Amino acid sequence: MPEKSAGTLATETVASPTIRMPKRPAGTLYRGREGMWSWVLHRITGVAIYFFLLVHILDTSLVRLSPEAYNAVIGAYKTPIMGLGEIGLVAAIGLHALNGLRIILIDFWSVGTKHQRVMFWVVIGLWLVLLAGFIPRQLMHIFGGE
Amino acid sequence: MTTIEAPRTPAAKPQRRRGINWEKWGWMYMRASGVVLVVLIFGHLFVNLVAGEGVKAIDFAFVAGKLADPFWVVWDTLLLWLALIHGANGMRTLVNDYATNPTVRRILLGAILASTVVLLTLGTLVIYTFDPCPAGQPADLLPSFCPVNQ
Ligand code: HEM
Repeated sequence: MPEKSAGTLATETVASPTIRMPKRPAGTLYRGREGMWSWVLHRITGVAIYFFLLVHILDTSLVRLSPEAYNAVIGAYKTPIMGLGEIGLVAAIGLHALNGLRIILIDFWSVGTKHQRVMFWVVIGLWLVLLAGFIPRQLMHIFGGE
Repeated sequence: MTTIEAPRTPAAKPQRRRGINWEKWGWMYMRASGVVLVVLIFGHLFVNLVAGEGVKAIDFAFVAGKLADPFWVVWDTLLLWLALIHGANGMRTLVNDYATNPTVRRILLGAILASTVVLLTLGTLVIYTFDPCPAGQPADLLPSFCPVNQ
């Protein structure tokens, strides 16, 4: 019996269309795009800065103990390794601060939600400008060369 | 007898909890403190890390010089309170999101609260009981305005 008879032609055209699964979850505001990654970055940087702040309050409190104690501990911040760590800290705070302002605009600016994606890239742009200003200056401070 | 409600009767309004909506004010605090912190933190980072010789210039005499000035006393007090409470409240959000075990959650929230109270007390005491010219300390470690260096 031939595979294609006149009788099966009709069924062929109404055969249910193949539904392909989207490669990534689609149709949600947050998942997988700028909205989600800005949230992830905001969370990670927030936690990192928090733990730095706990340590930083303790080390600064040594000024009340004695000049030697404070100078000894602050000396640790002046090593090249810590100097690079300070770049990471400034990068984390800079991103959290700029994206924090973006969150505030999304919440209070009437068209903030509409522009949330472009504001994310503005945040990234301003952040790169901030780092372009800070990193060379910091490298000069820690490795000398002024 | 079952009563059938008239068509289009609105659903019963959920009972609004009375009293202060703390979650709302916490949410407002994150935003209000955030705006102020942008100024406080970038000013702090600029003066301490970027201006002059950067981190290399920081020592006891540098801090003593700053804390002898009421401007920096107010600045550092605001920075301490606003940043630590903002960070602690943010960590509270994370604990509420991830700690599903009630006991673990209570312990973590308690630890955040306790550390915040201790560090705010410590930090505030340090700022307001600080003596830039402590007696019996090597003169070369003290700021130039101290009597031993005059
Ligand atoms: C530099 C200025 C800052 C701005 C503009 C800012 C802004 C914000 C905003 C708007 C939120 C969101 C709150 C919400 O969604 O309800 C937030 C969350 C948070 N912030 Fe900040 N912040 C700043 C500095 C800091 C500092 C210094 C710390 C640490 C001590 C910190 C730690 C956190 C944490 C842990 C969260 C919670 C993150 C989350 O829920 O996913 N932030 N911040």
